[in-house]
Amino acid sequence: MSEPNGKSGLNRRHFLASAAAATTAVSALSAPAVLAQGRPRVVVVGGGAGGATAARYIAKDSEGAIDVTLVEPSRAYYTCFFSNLYIGGFREYASIGHSYGDLAANHGVNVVHDWAVSVDRDARSVGLAGGGSLAYDRLILSPGIDFRDGSVPGWDLSQQNRMPHAYKAGSQTQLLKAQIEAMPEGGTYCMVAPSNPFRCPPGPYERISMVAHVLKQSNPTAKIIIVDPKEKFSKQGLFQEGWQRHYPGMIERIGPDFGGDKVEVRPDSMEVVVDGEAMKVDVCNVIPGQQAGRIAAIAGITNEAGWAPIVPHTMQSRSDENIHVLGDASQQGDMPKSGFSANSQAKSCAMAVRGALTGSSTFPPRYSNTCWSLIGTDDGVKVGASYEATDEKIAKVDGFISQTGESAELRKATYEESIGWYAAITGDMFS
Amino acid sequence: MLAAAFLLVLPAIGAWGDDAGRGKTLFGQCKRCHQVGSGAEHRIGPHLNDVFGRAAGALADFRYSQPMREAGAGGLVWNEETLDAFLTEPPALVPRSRMSFEGMEGADDRAELLAWLRGFSGAHTDSSPAEPTATPEEYGLDPQILTIQGDPEYGAYLAGECTTCHQVDGAAEGIPSITGWPLDDFVIALQAYRHGKRVHPVMQMVAGRLSDEEIAALAAHFHKAEDDP
Repeated sequence: MSEPNGKSGLNRRHFLASAAAATTAVSALSAPAVLAQGRPRVVVVGGGAGGATAARYIAKDSEGAIDVTLVEPSRAYYTCFFSNLYIGGFREYASIGHSYGDLAANHGVNVVHDWAVSVDRDARSVGLAGGGSLAYDRLILSPGIDFRDGSVPGWDLSQQNRMPHAYKAGSQTQLLKAQIEAMPEGGTYCMVAPSNPFRCPPGPYERISMVAHVLKQSNPTAKIIIVDPKEKFSKQGLFQEGWQRHYPGMIERIGPDFGGDKVEVRPDSMEVVVDGEAMKVDVCNVIPGQQAGRIAAIAGITNEAGWAPIVPHTMQSRSDENIHVLGDASQQGDMPKSGFSANSQAKSCAMAVRGALTGSSTFPPRYSNTCWSLIGTDDGVKVGASYEATDEKIAKVDGFISQTGESAELRKATYEESIGWYAAITGDMFS
Repeated sequence: MLAAAFLLVLPAIGAWGDDAGRGKTLFGQCKRCHQVGSGAEHRIGPHLNDVFGRAAGALADFRYSQPMREAGAGGLVWNEETLDAFLTEPPALVPRSRMSFEGMEGADDRAELLAWLRGFSGAHTDSSPAEPTATPEEYGLDPQILTIQGDPEYGAYLAGECTTCHQVDGAAEGIPSITGWPLDDFVIALQAYRHGKRVHPVMQMVAGRLSDEEIAALAAHFHKAEDDP
């Protein structure tokens, strides 16, 4: 990892100052974008697996022909993937943090640390919380998720310090880990699991595994309860087999047949109410229902469910051909909402954007995903699939999943693969 | 006393002397990447002739990982002891090298492999011809697949699907390095996955939808791909 505030990473003030030095750029910041004048401009909102990859590939492969600006409020980005491994004690916190310095230094991406707060689709410009605006020829929105108000009665964002979600990595993840470590002997950790669709389908259950791994060592009489509105969940057979093997008697899941879909939380008294029955818990990890990151709704490209429908071949919004949507925020079909999916979509999108703005060659998109999960020490599992673009959706072509009863050797190799994957994908995003 | 000494020697004969072919058999785990013997060339890994006494990362015409070159510059020289340590757990001796090998657990196995390999270093070198790293025939593949010229530009696009998992700086950490491979080895490996002759669920899925031309394009791209800084 390079230094958090990369020397060559432009901050917004620098960006505006240098832009002001060129008269054409001044009008670019305030007036509608005019194509064919100067370099085409791409603005990317959100510096995660979708946005960082798209910015990097467009800047790298266009070799300076496209002006790429990445808008991301965080200077140090903590990946959601592998944040459970930090909770489980398998990764240091610093090892899941990344900066944007190399994107600027190696590929000339303008990195603007600010919030995108508005999109003027007619004028083709993005407004920033700091007051400026950025004109674009193509806008790529990769804002991840936001939480749906009211999806868990009693919980809203103001309660996130008492009942953390830890589903956007960073200080929330640190807080949840600290709360788990401070649990009284024999105490109770409760997760309120989200309804479909949500970011990282195996994520809540990998987290349960990591919490159990920590508690088994430090607090072996502690209890883990999952309140889950879903009938089924990702890699269910693999997780349940692993929980039985590593953490027998520790984990209880309350599914919809026992009221897991009728849940309310009371942050003040640290109670979880399931189907009218209140229980006192020591840690309550509420992972609420989700929707596309707010800027997608502000741009007016989301549907009633709160996600942004896209054209499968190019990841263009169904309602605005100048806007592409990547990753969790998009409604694309069969791909799970994962960092791997977002990275995969970003490369097809980058190719389409370069093709549209510079006439470079385009090929049929290829989408794929693999999600590794860690159940216990050296006990890794994975699920994955390949996908193709059809007119209707991104459709699954082929897939695989780890099997129950696999050898310890294979599970260890699978875990070690995930370590290599983490190094590769974060290099693919940030280097 | 004599009898006791005799008894002590017996298992040693069983483990070492008797089975002259065992070291060669164990080399089967290495031969997908390495050649050794008369005419051996660099393939996915460097040739192993005269490896004993050589500094790590020292052959000018092989593209080692930077960590391997640095290890050599730092004084790592290959001998029985260092090779034994490297074979036990490669990243424990040289982290982030290109060596994609899970390690050989048995000390006896390592000793026999090294004793056999020792025969290809120094004055009295074994003159057996080097065996190929991979052939189309061993996987039942049509040798014609090796004659297809790949388009590296198309390969560069297709490579986006690979670099989510395979590190572009060539480091092997749980997932093999795929940069700088000989064209034939790359094509044979992917074709073997594609036809289910090599087993890995992700690779079978990825290769399963690649055409002959696409595999050739990827081989061309990764063959010439320069390591990222």
